[in-house]
Amino acid sequence: MTVFVIRRLFQSILTLFVTSLLVFFAVFAVGNPIDVLIDPGADQIEFERAVRALGLDRSIWEQYFIFLENALQGDVGRSFVFNTPALELILQRFPATLELALTAMLLANLVGIPLGLYAGLKPESVAGRSIMAGSILGFSLPGFWVKVTVIMVFAVELGWFPAGGRGETATFLGITSSLFTIDGLSHIALPAISLSLFTMALVIRLTRSGVRETLPMDYIKFARAKGLRESRVISVHVLKNIMIPIVTVMGLEFGGAVAFTVITETIFSWPGMGKLLIDSINFLDRPVVVAYIMLVAMMFIGINLLVDLVYAVLDPRVRLSDSGSNNT
Amino acid sequence: MTAVYPEISDVRPDEDRAVFVESPLRRFVSDFSDSWIAVFGLAMLLAIVFMAVFAPLIAPQNPYDLSTLDLLDSRLTPGEALSSGRIAWLGTDGLGRDLLSAIMYGLRISLAVGVLSALIALFVGASVGLVAAYAGGWVDAVIMRIVDIQLSFPAILIGLVLIAVLGSGTEKIIIALVAVQWSYYARTIRGTALVERHKEYIEAAHCLALGKFVILFLHLLPNCLPPLIVVITVQVAHSIALEASLSFLGVGLPVTEPSLGRLIANGFEYIMSGKYWISFFPGIALLLLILSINLVGDQLRDVLNPRLQR
Amino acid sequence: MFSTPDFSDNLMMRKPTLSVEGLSTWFHTKAGIIKAVNGVSFDVARGEVLGLVGESGSGKTVTGFSIMGLVDHPGKIREGRILFNGTNLVGLPAEELRQLRGTRIAMIFQDPMMTLNPVLRIDTQMIEAIRAHKVMTYGEARSLARDALGKVGIPSPDERLAAYPHQFSGGMRQRVAIAIALLHKPDLIIADEPTTALDVTIQAQILFEVQKLCRETGTALIWITHDLSVVAAIADHICVMYAGRVVEKGMIDDVLDSPSHPYTEGLIGSIPGHNRPGTPLQQIPGVMPSLLTLPSGCGFRRRCRYADAICKTEPEVVNIPARKGQRARCWHPLSDEASS
Repeated sequence: MTVFVIRRLFQSILTLFVTSLLVFFAVFAVGNPIDVLIDPGADQIEFERAVRALGLDRSIWEQYFIFLENALQGDVGRSFVFNTPALELILQRFPATLELALTAMLLANLVGIPLGLYAGLKPESVAGRSIMAGSILGFSLPGFWVKVTVIMVFAVELGWFPAGGRGETATFLGITSSLFTIDGLSHIALPAISLSLFTMALVIRLTRSGVRETLPMDYIKFARAKGLRESRVISVHVLKNIMIPIVTVMGLEFGGAVAFTVITETIFSWPGMGKLLIDSINFLDRPVVVAYIMLVAMMFIGINLLVDLVYAVLDPRVRLSDSGSNNT
Repeated sequence: MTAVYPEISDVRPDEDRAVFVESPLRRFVSDFSDSWIAVFGLAMLLAIVFMAVFAPLIAPQNPYDLSTLDLLDSRLTPGEALSSGRIAWLGTDGLGRDLLSAIMYGLRISLAVGVLSALIALFVGASVGLVAAYAGGWVDAVIMRIVDIQLSFPAILIGLVLIAVLGSGTEKIIIALVAVQWSYYARTIRGTALVERHKEYIEAAHCLALGKFVILFLHLLPNCLPPLIVVITVQVAHSIALEASLSFLGVGLPVTEPSLGRLIANGFEYIMSGKYWISFFPGIALLLLILSINLVGDQLRDVLNPRLQR
Repeated sequence: MFSTPDFSDNLMMRKPTLSVEGLSTWFHTKAGIIKAVNGVSFDVARGEVLGLVGESGSGKTVTGFSIMGLVDHPGKIREGRILFNGTNLVGLPAEELRQLRGTRIAMIFQDPMMTLNPVLRIDTQMIEAIRAHKVMTYGEARSLARDALGKVGIPSPDERLAAYPHQFSGGMRQRVAIAIALLHKPDLIIADEPTTALDVTIQAQILFEVQKLCRETGTALIWITHDLSVVAAIADHICVMYAGRVVEKGMIDDVLDSPSHPYTEGLIGSIPGHNRPGTPLQQIPGVMPSLLTLPSGCGFRRRCRYADAICKTEPEVVNIPARKGQRARCWHPLSDEASS
């Protein structure tokens, strides 16, 4: 198990390094921020001062190593626009995004797994078929359009929920979140539900196909032959087997949810880091873009690592084959 | 025991023996039409493609010919008459464009960009994947590592970053969409090819001393097609949705190429004043397009998946 | 081996543990109705071993699942009765059937690699089987499971309990499955080719042990297999199935020494050991017909060298007068002279 963890950790660090390289060059090598960032009416002295201040006069390699060195110290540059440390800027917005993404993931699984289970156990039933049709719909709905429509219906026409923004926050057990206030909940409802739809559809399909592939297995029949109650066969024998792909995809989808907050936050004016990213792209505020990408990359790599570990816990075959004590 | 059994050829077919002759294509068609909803999806898809291809001929108006537009017609509700007397069934947008026509033209652009980028990505990804599977060793390791890293990031993020780097423009969007998607094809085809390349027919091809290129593209590739077809349909839908999202965010196709995403974005500013149709109908069109592709793809997956053969 | 007294041709002396009467299990598929089991009847008495023989697709496994009440959709028991200790299992409420499964009737499956859930530990899988039927603390159930593993010859059962199935060899897994089947000392065990996937030496051990356990506890055993030599080693009675029907049944020695159905004769003839080296192996020509397109009348007639016009009508079950209890479903049952 330790060998397994160490190897995965090492791979993660390598991935992070490669990502930093790719991201830096992708973002810094192309495009000319000078044109955008510096007032065209500035005189020569002012212009050069600005270039030096932003570190744009060095060679690209130097820029990268300065960037890497600083990044290791938690400094990925200052925002050209806000003139504050980019990482700080991102981290300020991070809790709001995390709150939104986590709520959406939770919703997707709490609703998706039971629905998928039902559709898998009763594939021919009307409800089962409807669930599957719904999931294809969930897949096909263009996310941003759903959000626009949801605002139109529930905020503008019905007036049940606010059209945008984050509600009041409260602190509970040391965590500050808008989930602890009524106002906060009413604000997060629309963005979270609309963000969860795609993942929910995915979880439904994954659960269903997992159930359908597991049910004909001999070990399920054997479990029934042992005289187990159907509830135990489903909740232990079937569910534990299908959790393996679900957990894997859930990890990836959490990353996806964070990424798609870009759209959600733009539409619902949610003050998270996704909206910040779009603004930064439009202003060519590269340090912020880089800080965002690096933070998200780090998060993704962390999630992947976590998924691998959970995977090992769920599937004994993975765990044991990796530590070399497999004796079959 | 010295039983003498008849030769197999002596066993004459009886009058009641059923004869099953079914070509693979026929079985495919019959399996596919097993689900009426998939057939419905296919019909819808064909209708949409028809509308998109022949938009200049069947659209009531060329929404991008400024001479036909009249600002007095702007923001008409669905069913109202334009100043020319024609009825705008889906209403008009802020510039007085007939929405139905704008949607037809938008479909055209969305479909073209989606299909084109998916095909280029297919070409790139399939080549890379085949090479990885066939070469093996470090080539395979390096390629798949890159694919893994790329796949661990959501497409929209990579798309956004690339757009941020490349700037906007139709060809840039296509490049970004290809860059986002090639890895899916590469992974799919490598996985299938790895299974296929150890089968006897590839060994047989080697024994015949056929060229590498011939083996790769004429022997290996056709046998990797079924899973690939499924991935293609899914990816075309993805690529359309992705382009729409980027255009919605204002970093996609330029204003001169108004895809459905842009139309929806245009309508977003009128939402608060209750003028729902300007973004609602383009959204429905986008939904129907993606839905029909997914319905078809979904059934293809079931039909082509040997694991689910009933 | 105990034998049925001579005068009990039709009437068993004791009540059979299991009595299957006219069982038909059909699968309603898109392509048509598959009559996997079609009017099958047989009895198994306490402590007796019945060999259910046939090639794959002959319906023997579906027969086993029908008895367990585990026929999967779209399969359905169409008619017939399954009398288990006098209770008809067909149409029994699901919950009552569940309470019988695992306690009174147990089943051992063909492929030990697939029988145990790969993601659950052995102890979990054994303890749940115990506690599904008996109120017992976890500790009690665990020690019961340990004893059960010891009984089927698994060394250091205490440690092995905490292992996962993939840490066992195939033979060991099958022993675990057998231990689970024996947990509640069932009256009937259905063993569906439990040794087919195993090495020959392991196969012999398992055969021996199962036979011993059944003799000791008086458990009736249905041994499903395609391998006549296994049946010869273990069974008291034999039932030969072909295309969903029982074509011949009787005492094991009678049937093997002088088969009366041409199919049985062909099966015995196909055993390589029967041949002198150098002579060509005997074989039954052709393949078993698809259950969807069964010919009218006898299912075997297209492969049968005795077949004639009358075989196009359904053959009756006939008693073989020379041997008590032996029956065949054939128009032209072989007499001793014909087959020797």
